[in-house]
Amino acid sequence: MGRSPEGPPPPPVVQRVRFRYAKRGRLRFSSHRDFQRALERALRRAGVPMAFSAGFTAHPKVSYAGAAATGVASEAEYVELALAGRVEPEALRKALDASLPDGLDVVEVVEVATPGALADRLEASEWEIALPGVDLGTLQRAATALLDAEVVEVQRLTKNGMRTADARGPVVAATCRAAAQPADDVPCAILRLVVRHVTPSVRPDDVLAAMRQVADFVPPVPPRVTRLAQGPLDAAAAVVGDPLAPDRDAAGVPASA
Amino acid sequence: MPVASVFPALEALLPFVNKPIQYVGGELNSTVKEWDSASVRWALMYPDAYEVGLPNQGSMILYEVLNEQPDVLAERTYSVWPDLEALMREHGVPQFTVDGHRPVGAFDLLGISFSTELGYTNMLTALDLAGVPLLAADRDTSHPVVVAGGHAAFNPEPVADFIDAAVLGDGEQAVLEISDVVRRWKDDGSPGGRTELLLRLAKSGGVYVPRFYDVEYLPDGRIRRVVPNHPEVPWRVAKHTVMDLDEWPYPKAPLVPLAETVHERMSVEIFRGCTRGCRFCQAGMITRPVRERSITGIGEMVDRGLCATGYEEVGLLSLSSADHSEIAEVAKGLADRYEGTFTGLSLPSTRVDAFNVELADELARGGRRSGLTFAPEGGSERIRAVINKMVTEDDLIRTVTTAYSSGWRQVKLYFMCGLPTETDDDVLQIAALARKVIEAGRRATGSRDIRCTVSIGGFVPKPHTPFQWAAQLDHETTDARLYKLRDAIRADRGYAKAIGFRYHDGKPGIVEGLLSRGDRRVGAVIRAVWEDGGRFDGWGEHFSFDRWMACASAALEDTGVDVDWYTTRERAQTEVLPWDHLDSGLDKEWLWEDWQAALAGGEVEDCRWTPCYDCGVCDQMGTEIQVGPTGRTLLPLSVVRVAGA
Repeated sequence: MGRSPEGPPPPPVVQRVRFRYAKRGRLRFSSHRDFQRALERALRRAGVPMAFSAGFTAHPKVSYAGAAATGVASEAEYVELALAGRVEPEALRKALDASLPDGLDVVEVVEVATPGALADRLEASEWEIALPGVDLGTLQRAATALLDAEVVEVQRLTKNGMRTADARGPVVAATCRAAAQPADDVPCAILRLVVRHVTPSVRPDDVLAAMRQVADFVPPVPPRVTRLAQGPLDAAAAVVGDPLAPDRDAAGVPASA
Repeated sequence: MPVASVFPALEALLPFVNKPIQYVGGELNSTVKEWDSASVRWALMYPDAYEVGLPNQGSMILYEVLNEQPDVLAERTYSVWPDLEALMREHGVPQFTVDGHRPVGAFDLLGISFSTELGYTNMLTALDLAGVPLLAADRDTSHPVVVAGGHAAFNPEPVADFIDAAVLGDGEQAVLEISDVVRRWKDDGSPGGRTELLLRLAKSGGVYVPRFYDVEYLPDGRIRRVVPNHPEVPWRVAKHTVMDLDEWPYPKAPLVPLAETVHERMSVEIFRGCTRGCRFCQAGMITRPVRERSITGIGEMVDRGLCATGYEEVGLLSLSSADHSEIAEVAKGLADRYEGTFTGLSLPSTRVDAFNVELADELARGGRRSGLTFAPEGGSERIRAVINKMVTEDDLIRTVTTAYSSGWRQVKLYFMCGLPTETDDDVLQIAALARKVIEAGRRATGSRDIRCTVSIGGFVPKPHTPFQWAAQLDHETTDARLYKLRDAIRADRGYAKAIGFRYHDGKPGIVEGLLSRGDRRVGAVIRAVWEDGGRFDGWGEHFSFDRWMACASAALEDTGVDVDWYTTRERAQTEVLPWDHLDSGLDKEWLWEDWQAALAGGEVEDCRWTPCYDCGVCDQMGTEIQVGPTGRTLLPLSVVRVAGA
């Protein structure tokens, strides 16, 4: 009847690697599903010896950590791969980066050398939100109003309907500066946020919605959002750490640029 | 002068539209050349959404063939969805290419590939957004030359007012020849402006330029004749035929989209053309003769394509893939080669015989056997003789028995409704057939866990086929017949749950029929529909039958003809058909005889196995059937992997 796959079971996992990738420029408009398809093809193109799940529709063993939304750029997205053959991390980085379209860039690969799930290390994100057409004073007033509030409930339309969440609570820091070189003399204020990962998630647009609520803050054009980092949170210092550091340290590899 | 990218302006709109990734380009294996490095610049359009247009093989082939030329540049453009169209109009962003985001209006040529006539309104949207006058007559040297291609270009008369030129047949060599003409004309200092350029194209004999042909009508609305209005253009324009597919191994590096598309796989065309002689099938008629790619040529394309793309599935594409003379060797060779690599192989088009099931078994080696598709097309043996689909009921039952016994649990059957001479009974026999299929499956497997899906749509008579004279069935009768079939299937207790029923209602088919066999007077209908907001007519949620009918009655008011005249009217032998001056190689007398044979239920053999030159294509076009076997086999490949630690 052909109800179970013929042949031997898939080869075992011999190595796990984690990598950080960036979603840059126009490719920030890719969705997470778009990235998943692109990565699975890149793994095949690069000849990465992936471990596969058993069963009829065998899937390469890839674990994705929480991904930035469509339209949001990122310097710090994370993926873990299970491999059926050993690879040298830097060779893998180069091969994978060359096999992905420009703008989906593999920044660093480390071998998993420490226990614990990668996702558990992603406690918070650091966001940079460029706001063309907004002057620094306006932004500062809005940010102050946000931080002065205890709770700001915002609504967002999700697949499961409208949901309400507190967009103030998870905000650890909100600092403002002006862009160094505004284009065409249009001012551009830049908001840097450190936001704790909570369930349901609070995203930069939720925080902006909160600022609209408390300070009537409405950017004239869509903001450009970039995730600068995600990882363990040092709440006192409002600093987001590097989730690959423990594995890198255990392997004795210096941090990449 | 370099042409500026419109991306900064577009980028500001993308946060507000659905699936913005489809507009940003940058796909793996895409090409952006320096504007000034090229002397001839093509914008290639597939007039549907990106998710449909990107996987289109024809567009992908031409994109690569053109960009391989050092002084030619080709970029792609697709239809934008209405949400982006509205924003582009509001913010003055023109129709753009996804490669360099250059305005389409700045290119020398705009090549549009029409797989279906339902893309015509989308062409008008693109022209309008590009700032190109809708009417070819209103364009000047600053505007691109609009060239139509694809199967619908075998009767481009309904869009004759909007296009500057049409190319019939295979595009690979044709686009290079057109590029040569444009290059020389520009090198000469663009003498005589646009008219001279179009005349040079028309004089080449391989490009149809509608403005050099006048259509005269009889008082009753039929065409009196189509006659050249310039002494140097040919009376008839011939189709292009590429010989030796091994010399044209395109696409070598298929595009890999980031956005999800309708075909999430790589395709390799294993042969072109089909001589099965199914009388309804325009593709089979206009792509003659059969030209096979060799087994080694196929092996190289599969290998090279997989390395270039990373796709996990390869489709072996053609009009009837199991007919390749070495398909068993191809299937076994590829299955051996990619065993254990989690690479899927498939034959998208299948015919009704047990051999085909063996092939599918081979390709699905060790994998899931979910569903197989067969196309008997007609429900009764009588109607299958009319359409020359030589499949007996025994063939079908034998085939599905083999399929179910070898582990396939679902069989999909494709049919048409509204075929010439068809009665309710011919269609109702589909219900009986489906019941026998389920019986055979239950017997073969001893299980009730098998299914059969009947999929049926309305038949649309097409130009350059023996059915080009036939009356199309009106949509009311089509729908009534489909409902009777649905009820007959549902009423069959004990089987109804095992039989799925999918149908396409008859209304879109009437519009397709109007556009397929229309003449130049239909152009006014297309324009009126577009001006009334008609877009994306291939999509149920956008298509409006009522709008088409309302616009048609207004636009055709003074012509004496109407939608019925174009669709449900049977033509006589002597009638001048709108596409008679366009030469597909098929002898009109042969087509007529085959039409008469159809009415008498007579069958025609396949000329691959029963030598025959009667259809006229090989004589007229100077072509020959190219089939194997070559006797060669596929060798295993060594797999290159990332450097190990």
